[in-house]
Amino acid sequence: MASNAATTNGSGAEKTITLEVFRYLPDEDSEPRYDTYEVPYKQEWVVLDALNWIKDNVDGSLTYRWSCRMAVCGSCGMMVNGEPELTCSSFLRDHYPNKIRVEPLSHFPVMRDLVINMDDFMHKMEDVKTWLIPKEPRNLEDGEYRQSPAELAEYKDFSMCINCMLCYSACPVYGLDSTFVGPAALALGQRYNLDSRDGAEDERADVIQSDHGVWHCTFVGACSKVCPKSVDPAGAIQMGKVKGTTDWIKSKLLPWGSK
Amino acid sequence: MTIPVHDVLIVGGGGAGLRAAIAIAETSPELSVAVVSKVYPMRSHTVSAEGGSAAVIKDEDSLDHHCNDTIGGGDWLCDQDAVELFVNEAPKELTQLEHWGCPWSREPDGSVAVRPFGGMKIKRTWFAADKTGFHMLHTLFQTSLKYDPVKRYDEWFVFDLIVQDGRCQGVAAIEQKTGRLQTIAAKAVILCTGGAGRIFPFTTNAAIKNGDGMALAYRAGVPLKDMEFVQYHPTGLPGTGILITEASRGEGGILLNKHGRRYLQDHDLGTPLDVNDPNHPQLKSMELGPRDRLSQAFYHERETGNVFEDAMGTYVHLDVTHLGEKKINKKIPFVRATAKNYAGVDCVHEPIPVRPVVHYMMGGVHTDIHGATPLPGLYAAGECACVSINGANRLGSNSLTELLVFGRRAGASAAAFAKENSVDADAVESQAQARADRIKSMYAEGKEGEGAIAEIRDALVDTTEEGAGIYREQKKLDATCEVIRELKARVKDLKVTDRSKTFNTQLTSALELEFMVDTAEALAFSAAARKESRGAHQRLDHPERDDDKYMRHSMAHRKEDGDPKIDYLDVVITRWPPGDRVYGK
Repeated sequence: MASNAATTNGSGAEKTITLEVFRYLPDEDSEPRYDTYEVPYKQEWVVLDALNWIKDNVDGSLTYRWSCRMAVCGSCGMMVNGEPELTCSSFLRDHYPNKIRVEPLSHFPVMRDLVINMDDFMHKMEDVKTWLIPKEPRNLEDGEYRQSPAELAEYKDFSMCINCMLCYSACPVYGLDSTFVGPAALALGQRYNLDSRDGAEDERADVIQSDHGVWHCTFVGACSKVCPKSVDPAGAIQMGKVKGTTDWIKSKLLPWGSK
Repeated sequence: MTIPVHDVLIVGGGGAGLRAAIAIAETSPELSVAVVSKVYPMRSHTVSAEGGSAAVIKDEDSLDHHCNDTIGGGDWLCDQDAVELFVNEAPKELTQLEHWGCPWSREPDGSVAVRPFGGMKIKRTWFAADKTGFHMLHTLFQTSLKYDPVKRYDEWFVFDLIVQDGRCQGVAAIEQKTGRLQTIAAKAVILCTGGAGRIFPFTTNAAIKNGDGMALAYRAGVPLKDMEFVQYHPTGLPGTGILITEASRGEGGILLNKHGRRYLQDHDLGTPLDVNDPNHPQLKSMELGPRDRLSQAFYHERETGNVFEDAMGTYVHLDVTHLGEKKINKKIPFVRATAKNYAGVDCVHEPIPVRPVVHYMMGGVHTDIHGATPLPGLYAAGECACVSINGANRLGSNSLTELLVFGRRAGASAAAFAKENSVDADAVESQAQARADRIKSMYAEGKEGEGAIAEIRDALVDTTEEGAGIYREQKKLDATCEVIRELKARVKDLKVTDRSKTFNTQLTSALELEFMVDTAEALAFSAAARKESRGAHQRLDHPERDDDKYMRHSMAHRKEDGDPKIDYLDVVITRWPPGDRVYGK
C-alpha cells in the first residue's frame, strides 16, 4: 500500500526533488548502477514516501523493505546521502533542493537494490543468548518478579533496540570484520545482563567477552550516534569491557572467589 | 521430490504466532514447529501497538468487571463463554510474559503498574511506557530463539493453503530471497497473520496488513465472521494515519473542536471535569469513552462544520499540554516524538491534530474457543481470527492480551491435532503444483496483465471508505459492493512487469492486492446485510440496535463466481443479558 501519501496530498505537485537510487540485481547485473528519478517534493514527505511514489508511478521493480512507517518496525534502514537512516523518518525537506542519494545499508551483502541480507545478525542474537535466563525460576502462581523502577531503568534503554541495523552500517569494525558480534547484539546481551531477573551474565560472557565481542570494539561511538532509538550500544559495550576487566582483576587477586 | 514436513506450521510471526510456537515448543518439544512469515518476525505489526494490554491483577479490580467492560464495549456481540475464558487466562499470560523478561512499567514497590484506558470501569492496562506492543513482540521473539524445535522461514510469503482429504495439510509459499516456489506440508496450520487495515485509505496499520490469512481461509471455504465491524481509532494523524495512542487520553489528554470545545459532552459521553480536577480523567466518560463512540462523535462534528479543515484534511485537536513536559516525557514519550516528526508539533506546547483512522478488524476467520476453524487442521489466532471476544467493538488493550491467550490456545489445539493425524506429503505436493503454475504465469512466462496494482488498490480503498466507513447506508454499501465485484474480476489479471525471481515485491504486492479484495468483499457484503446499528457498524438508515434479528454473528462464505453468501450464527450469552451501553453517567 504505497500510495497513501501520493493520493491524499494533492497540492504543490509542481516542485520536484531528485533521487539517485542504487539498483543492483546480483544474479543479472555485472555491477550496481544509479537510477535517477524526479519525485514530487512535499514538505511532509519522507524518503520512503518518495520511494513508494517511484514504485507506484515509475518503476514497479524498485525493491526495498518497509512496513510500519512510524520508526518502530526497523525495516526501512538505508543509506541516505551516505548516512544510515530509517527512511520513514528521513524527511525530504532536510535535503531540498539538493538531490538525495539512496543506497542499501553499508557493510551487508546486497540481496537486491536496497534490500540487504541480515541473516548474520539473526544468528548473532542466538549466540549472545538474547533472552531472559532467570536467576531464580518462579512459578506463574507466585505472580510477577518484583522489579523497582530503578532496576527497570538499569536496562530499559538497551531494551529499546528495534534491530534496524543502522549501527552495524555505521560501525567501522564490523565493516572490516563481520565476525565482530557488533553493537546491537552486544547491547541486547547487556540488556539481559543488567536485568534484575536475569542470572546468566557469565554464560553470555563466552561470546560477549570473547575476541569477537566487546574487546573487538575500538570505541569509535558511531553506533550510538546513528541509533534512532538512543539505545547507546557504545555505552553497553563499554560497560561490558569494565565488567570483563573487573572479573579479570578479581580472578587474579581473588582466585578462590572470582564470581 | 521431497518437501519440508512439519507437525505444526504457523503463518505469521507476530505476537499470536510466536506465542503459539512457544506454547508448542514448551509443552510438546518432540513436535516440529515452523513459523513462516513474510517479514522477519520482529517487523510484525504487533510492534506498533502502543498503549497496553489488559488483565486483572489489582485488588480493587475483578474478573467480572473485565467481562462487563468487554461485553458492554462489544455491544453484546461477544461470545460470553469466550470472554470469560479470556479474562480468566489473561493475568496468567501477562505474568508469563513478565517471567520471559518483558519490561513492564512498575509501581514504586516493584509490582506491575496499570493505567486507565477507554471504556474501562477500573484501570487494568499493563504497559511498557507507550511501546507495549514493541516490547511484547521483542520479548516473544527473543524468547522463541531459545527453542530448537522452532524452525523459522523468514521472509517467506504464503499464497495458498493446501487442503487435502478435507483437511488443511500445508501451504504453498514463495521464498522471497530466491523466488523459489515451495510447498511446505504440515499436519496442522495456524493462521496468525493479523488484520487488514490497508483496505482503507487512512489506517494506523503497517504496509503488511493486507488480510492475508483471512483471504487464505475464506478461499479454502472457511467463513469470515463479523467482518463488517471495523474499529476506527479516534486519534490518528491526518494524512498518514499514524497512531497517537489512547494512553495520551488515559493520562489526561482532551479532545477539542475548532471552537476549543470539548465536544464529546455534546455526544452523550458525559460532563467534562476541569483538567486540573483530581478526578480527571474519569473512567468510561468523555475522552475515556469507547473508541467507536468517539469516532462517531467526530463524524457528527464534521457534519456540523465544527472541525478544522485545511491541506491536512479534516481534524480536531488532542491537547496534552496541561500534562507538562515531565509527565509527557515519562508516560508518553513516543507520542511526543511521533507528533514532532510526522505532524511537526511539539505536544508539550501545542495540540496535536488528529482524526479517526481505521485501526482494527473485530471480524476475521471463524474459530471456536480453541482456535479451531471449521476446516479440520486449520486454526487461527490474533487479529486475523474472530473467536469472538471483541464483538461489535473491541475494548482498547484487549487485543494484545488476545494474542497471548488465544495464540497459546491455538498452539495447544494444533499440537494435539498434529499428534492424532498424519500428512500425505506427495498428495500435497502434487496439488500445490497447480498453484505454483499460476504464480509463475503471473510474471515468469512473458505474460503481462492489464490491471495496474496501484490504481486498483486506490480504487479499492476509496470504495471501502466511501461505502463502509464510520457511517453506512444501503445505497452507498450497494455501490461499494458493485465496485468490489468489478475489482474482483480485475485482480485476476494484474500487471506484473518485474520479471526477476529475487525479492520480487511487485509480485507479492499483486498477491496482497488479491487478498485485500477478498477481505473487502466479505466486509462490504456483511455490512450491506446487517440492517441495524451496533458498535462499530453504524447505519444512517437503520440507527437502532435490533437484538431480535441481529444479535448474531455474520458469516461470509466465499463463492468463486458470484457474491458471497451471508448467513448468521447465534451469539453465546451466559451471564450478561443485553443492555444499554452507558458512558459518562
